[in-house]
Amino acid sequence: MSSYADICYTGGQLSGAIPQVLLALPFGLVLFFYFFAIIRSNRHYKKWPLARTVFWVVGVLLAVFSVAGPLAERAHFDFTAHMIGHLFLGMAAPLFMALAAPMTLILRVLPIHLARHLTRLLKSLPVRFVSDPIVASLLNVGGLWILYTTGLYTAMHESLLLHLFVHVHVFLAGYVFTISMIYIDPIPRRKGFLYRSIVLIVALAGHGILSKYIYAHPPDGVSLAQAEKGGMIMYYGGDAIDLVLIFILCMHWYKSTRPRELAEKKVSGTIPLAARR
Amino acid sequence: MAAKVGNQDSYPNRYAYLSKNLWSGFLFGVGFIAFFDEAVFHQLLHWHHFYDKSTTSMGLVSDGLFHAFSWFATIGGLFLFADLHRRKALWLMRWWGGVLLGAGGFQLYDGIIQHKVMRIHQIRYVENVIVYDAIWNVTAAAMIIIGAILIVRTQRHRAPEGENRA
Repeated sequence: MSSYADICYTGGQLSGAIPQVLLALPFGLVLFFYFFAIIRSNRHYKKWPLARTVFWVVGVLLAVFSVAGPLAERAHFDFTAHMIGHLFLGMAAPLFMALAAPMTLILRVLPIHLARHLTRLLKSLPVRFVSDPIVASLLNVGGLWILYTTGLYTAMHESLLLHLFVHVHVFLAGYVFTISMIYIDPIPRRKGFLYRSIVLIVALAGHGILSKYIYAHPPDGVSLAQAEKGGMIMYYGGDAIDLVLIFILCMHWYKSTRPRELAEKKVSGTIPLAARR
Repeated sequence: MAAKVGNQDSYPNRYAYLSKNLWSGFLFGVGFIAFFDEAVFHQLLHWHHFYDKSTTSMGLVSDGLFHAFSWFATIGGLFLFADLHRRKALWLMRWWGGVLLGAGGFQLYDGIIQHKVMRIHQIRYVENVIVYDAIWNVTAAAMIIIGAILIVRTQRHRAPEGENRA
């Protein structure tokens, strides 16, 4: 019983500085490492693109904003603030950070033997398994279903460990989901466009259905009015970010199927065929 | 109604991409009508409800899948359109046939299965909703019929201008 009490915090303590610092710190570190890597990379390679740097900064700031500061404080009692925070942490921040191609940057600056270890790790079975679009979608959207339809949402506000775990999971699952759908960085076992498109559609549907479910069935401790607002933020906010994801996936398809020679002659056979009538 | 000769000249490859023209239009049609539904009936007129809670759980799933599919289809259909253009394979009349078929098909499904059978929401929360339903579904059927006519008129054997009239 005492061991349970050790990790059992009241809502008041949870909104304090400790969880905010713990969650924001890793993002601060990766921001620092990214800049450090850019400086090293620029010494030997072509200048690292400014756009990618901006994406990383924006992504990290969105993530930090959602786990620390006024929005995170409000999220403890205001479900709409919680939902905005989760859109940032689980969707917007991962998208921006994936667009910043961090793995490409790491592989550039690591010494060769370490880079080889890293690529071997990326090709390992667990990483391949998790980065499959279906598994990534289940971890991402499935995790959200568990969070909002079970007692986990309430429990998260009472236990520091659960609070940390849920937030880390939301970010990581969002990131893995993003990189399983759009290939900016190198990824093992690339999947076809049709496969990714179908899984993406089903995952988006799962997200949209959950939004409407929350609208009608508020999680414990959330008022109906707040659940309605939160559900709509999740629905339309999710759509907005998904629009970017879909656009990038389609654009990659468009680039990959560019015909080698635009003036193809292979249709010349069809006209005599029609003239036979 | 016949396709313009100039159109045929700038898109000589279109007979090799008949189904792609159809699919591009169909996907865009489904996506566009869903977007129109969201923008006009949900956001501007406020006739449709986000969720009116008489929905069956099957309806919730169907609505979610169709919403996600249409969102994807709008963008995917336009990229297919761009692909047809760069391959000089666009057949605008056939593409419009696909658009009308997709839009009409989705509207009919929405009007009959989603509104009535699965009770996702009604077109408008008024007493004579049957009038709205009738207009909705007749419009959908009209789109399907016109779309089908356009698609039949743009088959391969009708390809060379003049020759199939001999």
